[in-house]
Amino acid sequence: METMRERFIATATELLDHDPRLAVVLADISADQFGRAAARHPGRVINVGIREQLLIGVTGGLALGGMRPIAHTFPSFLVERPFEQIKLDLGHQDAGAILVSSGASYDMASMGRTHQSPGDVALLDTLDGWTIHVPGHPDEAEALLRRAAAGDNRVYLRLSADGNPEPRAITPGRFEVVRSGRAGTVIAVGPMLQPVLNAVEDLDVTVLYAVTVRPFDAATLRQAVGASASTDVVLVEPYLAGTSNREVDEALLDVPHRVLGLGVGRAELRRYGTAADHAAAHGLDAASLRTRISGFLITQ
Amino acid sequence: MALMTGDEKHGPAATSTLDVLWVLYDRVLNVDPVDPEAPGRDRFLLSKGHGPMAYYAVLTARGFIDPELLPGFGDFGSPLGHHPDRVLLPGVEIGSGSLGHGLGLAVGTALGLRARGLDRPRVFTLVGDAELDEGSNHEAIAFSGAIGLDSLHAVVVDNASATHGWSGGIATRFEREGWSVLTVDGRDHGALEAALTAPHQGRPHAVVAVVEPKNSTASRSPASAR
Repeated sequence: METMRERFIATATELLDHDPRLAVVLADISADQFGRAAARHPGRVINVGIREQLLIGVTGGLALGGMRPIAHTFPSFLVERPFEQIKLDLGHQDAGAILVSSGASYDMASMGRTHQSPGDVALLDTLDGWTIHVPGHPDEAEALLRRAAAGDNRVYLRLSADGNPEPRAITPGRFEVVRSGRAGTVIAVGPMLQPVLNAVEDLDVTVLYAVTVRPFDAATLRQAVGASASTDVVLVEPYLAGTSNREVDEALLDVPHRVLGLGVGRAELRRYGTAADHAAAHGLDAASLRTRISGFLITQ
Repeated sequence: MALMTGDEKHGPAATSTLDVLWVLYDRVLNVDPVDPEAPGRDRFLLSKGHGPMAYYAVLTARGFIDPELLPGFGDFGSPLGHHPDRVLLPGVEIGSGSLGHGLGLAVGTALGLRARGLDRPRVFTLVGDAELDEGSNHEAIAFSGAIGLDSLHAVVVDNASATHGWSGGIATRFEREGWSVLTVDGRDHGALEAALTAPHQGRPHAVVAVVEPKNSTASRSPASAR
């Protein structure tokens, strides 16, 4: 199956042919795969080498120079390492850009902590004005990229090697009601949809699918909670557990509710292995999710 | 500059840049306060945003800033902060203050203008010799030298304030990465103009403007905060 990263490269390559405002900025990661695009557009496919502060600085400068830049590398080096550049060279300059990461959370489990960044969304969430997309399928990643490329704002597109077997007909910015129930509401973010659906197969719960997590679709959540007999909410996010808890609390400020935030644990595992190993270790596989969700919504 | 008062502690930072800024805005840059967003304008990015009194004074003299704003320097409602903000002031190309950001932004700006087919605008950035301590500068110096980004100009105001100095010399640092470099007296307007406009085909250009040491008797001040 084609990966989100492969679809991103193919789509960005095509967009470069048609939009002279677009530029791709790389720090060696994926540079080979952008070779054809670089040959066709040498001034708009820019590989700065292994220099991630410059990756974002150049991205900000390109935006100030009138371009629509896309910066891409692994999330550890796209968000964590040059975080102050993101804050100042993009945010403080009021510059628009698209940041596209691939290798989410524990996608590269065997590489260890240096290549794992489950805190990327939480970090960006400390800043103002970011739209954050977490697609669950290559088709969704493509649609979100095309939409972002046509805009002017600051967008983080978080691509994962993990994903759902089928795409959803997403509306960027809106949660989709996948199914309705009475025992509570489960919000599944991006690649967590299929494990969540497996986990709650025989539970009477509402499932919302979120690919855009910032801004957070409070309206759809309120509607779903209002239609359910229970105001309990479970968030299942493929990054740091609890990242969006406050968004749920703010959305339901006038509604007594409980919220359980599931995601990647804060403690460093110091384990290698596979993404599946890490999903199980963080309680994000379908069996663990079933236990945790049913325990929270039904048995308490 | 005397109109901007208060407890701003970067007096040497401000006075060290004054002559370079004046020469840039009076003799070198193609900028127009009537049309500060003109696509074909030169871009000046003040990387060393500390002590911007000289910058504001020069922008005022060139018509970008209303002189009546100067006494409000640093006030809550003033657009003139102790570090400049591009969103608040026309003619200011970047917000700066945290060191080591201007050169990377300048590289991107130069690449963006080139990609748009705007070959005439030049991009200048001003950094301090102590600011060069920041590793981000060296990412930008190496990359822009390697790709021969000749619309890029860096002015390093050297008031000998880098804690550990530059043992091989600042000019050497740029030369080794393929830049054209000239070192001049940072108070000599004629020499500055000549250096800033010197031809440097196919290479980015650095001008090291040497001024009196920060800690000399003439400019002694409390230790600067980062």
